[in-house]
Amino acid sequence: MTAWFDVGLALMALGLAWRAIATRRAFDSTVAFVIYGLVLTIAWVRLGAYDVALTEAAVGSGLTGALLLGAAHRLERAPADEDRPSAPLRALLAVACAGVALGLGAVVLALPQVEPLQAVAAASAAEATGLLNPVNNVLMAFRAIDTVLEKMVLFAALVGVWSLAPDAAWGRRPGRRFPPAAEGPLTLFARVLPPVGVLIAAHLLWVGADAPGGAFQGATILAAMILLVRLAGLADAPPVSSRALRLLIVLGPAAFLGVGMAGVVLAGAPFAYPAAHAKAIILVVEFAMLVSVAATLALLVVGPPERAQAAP
Amino acid sequence: MSWALDALSAVLIGAGVLGFFAGTVGLLRFPDTLSRLHAVTKTDNLAVGLIVLGLMPQVDGVGAALRLALVWLLLQASGATVGQLIAEVARRDGAPPAEPAASGRRDRGPRP
Repeated sequence: MTAWFDVGLALMALGLAWRAIATRRAFDSTVAFVIYGLVLTIAWVRLGAYDVALTEAAVGSGLTGALLLGAAHRLERAPADEDRPSAPLRALLAVACAGVALGLGAVVLALPQVEPLQAVAAASAAEATGLLNPVNNVLMAFRAIDTVLEKMVLFAALVGVWSLAPDAAWGRRPGRRFPPAAEGPLTLFARVLPPVGVLIAAHLLWVGADAPGGAFQGATILAAMILLVRLAGLADAPPVSSRALRLLIVLGPAAFLGVGMAGVVLAGAPFAYPAAHAKAIILVVEFAMLVSVAATLALLVVGPPERAQAAP
Repeated sequence: MSWALDALSAVLIGAGVLGFFAGTVGLLRFPDTLSRLHAVTKTDNLAVGLIVLGLMPQVDGVGAALRLALVWLLLQASGATVGQLIAEVARRDGAPPAEPAASGRRDRGPRP
């Protein structure tokens, strides 16, 4: 019974993946991609990887979906590019893509069947950090440098998006201004939901210590709340030249990096935490990251500053 | 006692799945945007509610049951809001309600 469920899930994922790359309209393709993400989320749940499932639903399907919808909308307004790549080039691309897919499949199948060392180490060393969630132990302690670099990548992505701003708009508020809608369902929703969203984001961060959850998933929900308020026209994004905004964006990576470097003095190695206070330190760093990642993700969706006129 | 709770869960979740099925048939078969929206939003309210009620006896503790209820409330709120927004766009773009004679035919309606 469950095997059939899994087979059905796998077939749905493959079908949706095909639909996402085979349709010609960017909007249809994005819709297929979002549903594909939700099917993948259920697949991760079936595999017992609840942390990955949460991330897939929040980041893979939700946030990436929002980014792609924005891109599709822009592309539809742009003049269509009629030049199709030549047949040999397309054949070459198909072969290259298939090669990557087959190569990845071969690598996955060639993995040794023994329990990976990392999982054992992460599960048995839970006492070292005071966290019971092995995934969070890996992210925040054992492979902390990877997580810091991940945040730096987000930061670099935002710099990339901002660098698309025309000169005349630089320093202004990013994205377009959504007019404050007349009192309606969206305004009501954007007033009622954010307190709940903030609570859920904090909850995900807090339970992430011992159960599936964490700063990144919480940050995505927080970013969604920011975008909702903006979409309803209740608030506008601050100008990109705002010092407070920039400090907010670097707060998380800076705190993580600072704590990591302090580890050299306090615990004898970079990104090592003094054992007695490990959990408290990790939670503080995670909270700083929650705020910064939420702001960065929201700004990525909002886009570069492009308003020629200064906002009143 | 536990078999009774299991039976209750099975009945409620079964009814919820039936509701989803009916809503999906409505989404695929109803003639115009507003009718299709009606089918889907009913599913959001009723079918999800039935499934959440059916899951409640299966979770440990009041806290988890309350969290399930919160999930239902959030889905209701977002479903109702999105339903209103889609209906607003459909009306603004002048999607006409389908003629009674055309009902049952698969008419995809205007794209949003």
